[in-house]
Amino acid sequence: MSILVNEETRLLVQGITGREGSFHAERCMAYGTNLVAGVTPGKGGQTFEGRVPIFDSVSEAADATGANVSLIFVPPPFAADAILEAADAEIPLAVCITEGVPVRDAAMVMRYLEGKPTRLLGPNCPGLITPGAKAKVGIMPGAIHAPGKVGVVSRSGTLTYEAVGQLTGLGVGQSTCVGIGGDPVSGTTFVDVLAMFNDDPETEAIVMIGEIGGTKEQEAAAFIAAHVRKPVAALIVGQTAPPGRRMGHAGAVITGKAALASEKMRALEEAGCRVIPTPADIGATAAAMLA
Amino acid sequence: MKLHEYQAKELLAAYGAPVPENYVASSGAEAADAARKLGGEAVVKAQVHAGGRGKAGGVKVAASPEEAAQIAESLIGSTLVTLQTGPAGAPVHKVLVERTMEIERELYLSVATDGSRRRPVVIASASGGMEIEEVAQTEPEKVLTEPVDPVIGFRAFQGRRLAARLGLPAAQTRPFSALVEACCRAYDEKDATMIEINPLVLTAGGELLALDAKISLDDDALFRHPAEAGLRDASQDDPLEAQAAEAGIAYVKLDGDIGCMVNGAGLAMATMDIVQFAGAKPANFLDVGGGAGEEKISRAILLMLSDPNVEKALVNIFGGILRCDVAARGVVDAYGKADRRPPLVARMLGTNADEGKEVLARSGLNARMADTLQEAAAAIKE
Repeated sequence: MSILVNEETRLLVQGITGREGSFHAERCMAYGTNLVAGVTPGKGGQTFEGRVPIFDSVSEAADATGANVSLIFVPPPFAADAILEAADAEIPLAVCITEGVPVRDAAMVMRYLEGKPTRLLGPNCPGLITPGAKAKVGIMPGAIHAPGKVGVVSRSGTLTYEAVGQLTGLGVGQSTCVGIGGDPVSGTTFVDVLAMFNDDPETEAIVMIGEIGGTKEQEAAAFIAAHVRKPVAALIVGQTAPPGRRMGHAGAVITGKAALASEKMRALEEAGCRVIPTPADIGATAAAMLA
Repeated sequence: MKLHEYQAKELLAAYGAPVPENYVASSGAEAADAARKLGGEAVVKAQVHAGGRGKAGGVKVAASPEEAAQIAESLIGSTLVTLQTGPAGAPVHKVLVERTMEIERELYLSVATDGSRRRPVVIASASGGMEIEEVAQTEPEKVLTEPVDPVIGFRAFQGRRLAARLGLPAAQTRPFSALVEACCRAYDEKDATMIEINPLVLTAGGELLALDAKISLDDDALFRHPAEAGLRDASQDDPLEAQAAEAGIAYVKLDGDIGCMVNGAGLAMATMDIVQFAGAKPANFLDVGGGAGEEKISRAILLMLSDPNVEKALVNIFGGILRCDVAARGVVDAYGKADRRPPLVARMLGTNADEGKEVLARSGLNARMADTLQEAAAAIKE
């Protein structure tokens, strides 16, 4: 078991003929993911890598191939439309990698998704991976992962790789690693992923990586305190960032006291998490938690 | 992207939000003309991208056109240092000359997007003129919010509810609601990330007016707002940060001496933290971005090195889309071009890490290689 992606995953890539889309579609396939279709409007009828059929629309692709996860590499001005198209085709999981989606577009998309069967991960996220099922739906380097029992959830891309690298280096494998993305408005939250890890029999412990800015870590802390039965180790980065400055991630701007690293760490500690003292201690803290 | 007060007021006025009569001036003579049009007495306000102007001497009342000219001349061409500008301050190129008024009440009003509710919210408070963060700390019950549905927008009933909770007189309910609706329309149509009117005043004559206005627009949406994109005033930004933004590099200048070059915002913040925990101070935050090539890496390193405070450099790359050998070649290229070559600590992991290390080893840069974050921190401290 795992969460969200597994052996049953039938992957569709929107924007498969673009530079990034084709590169990563190939990498996902090479990792072992079952890539069943690509979508690029106007290129229906062609094939990707000589064997994956390309369609003009998501609904045609889904009807023909039974695709159940869509990975989106569509430029920012058109990303919202791509997500809406996936939702219209009732794809259960849409993963939007695109960075730079306007906040208004993300808010509009999330309003549309209310009551719909589609879950959105992202935008501006690295995607997710279940090493044990050889299911990689994202841009992460597959080789650093190892199958195991720790669920990883993070707002960041390369910092998630750092966390996974430390875990694998210490012999700690992962059930599923989920990057929820760094934008102020996004689909899947820490709370959503924590709830799924909590219910997943294969996940025995959770590593959560948060950042300064917003209050999403506090919401996670409240959920952990109330519902999570498994050990959680949590890291907050940006402890040394000056207030009021946007640190790359649109969400990582300190506005008000709640957004401070210290406040978030306090909330997580009170919720019973093991607070990871520095970014160098992710692997060791998780390993100690499992011991 | 931040707008100046005069730009923000012009935009809000175009949506029907009431603002005091005002004129922009770039010289003493223009300021005097403006004051004359306003009847002689006027407020002269320095136009910089920062709050805290009043306390810093950037907002002054002139009793006559002559005095308005004097104030304008003293402000224009000066650098205003406020609590929000940092010690370097911000240059004043223009002043806003505005009519004075008798103020009955000061309120607070803003629109911003709430990530938890995933939609814009209107925030209002009866404590105008104060920082809303401060009000939220000391008297959280005074911070009123109304979510704005992305489909139906802000509705009149919400305006009536807010007006009642703010204790506005019945005669002000409709004008207030219309003003909030105007702000929400501007927020939506112009892809704003923040509109703040602080204070929103009720004058002795019963008029509601936006006395100050701040607007930030979503940089990611400027592609569909060419007119607003032209309102950018790069002179308000740190020159290195402006250069970085142009190259698509996220760079924030800090006050330490360890230059950091990292791929990914989260890892860049983690790297800053590691430097600080090692007892050193980062000179900057720098995220070179996901799909960077050799040239962009080289630009990022040169940018980092152009800060004269940088005494040591830390390159931390976790290769994913970006290959470590590409990053290493960028680093070598930049060090070849740079005027000064501070000692370098490099850490490379992920895609093509061995090839990257090899490139650095052969370059003759004498880079100190670190495998883990601990090792990188220790090497920086030495």
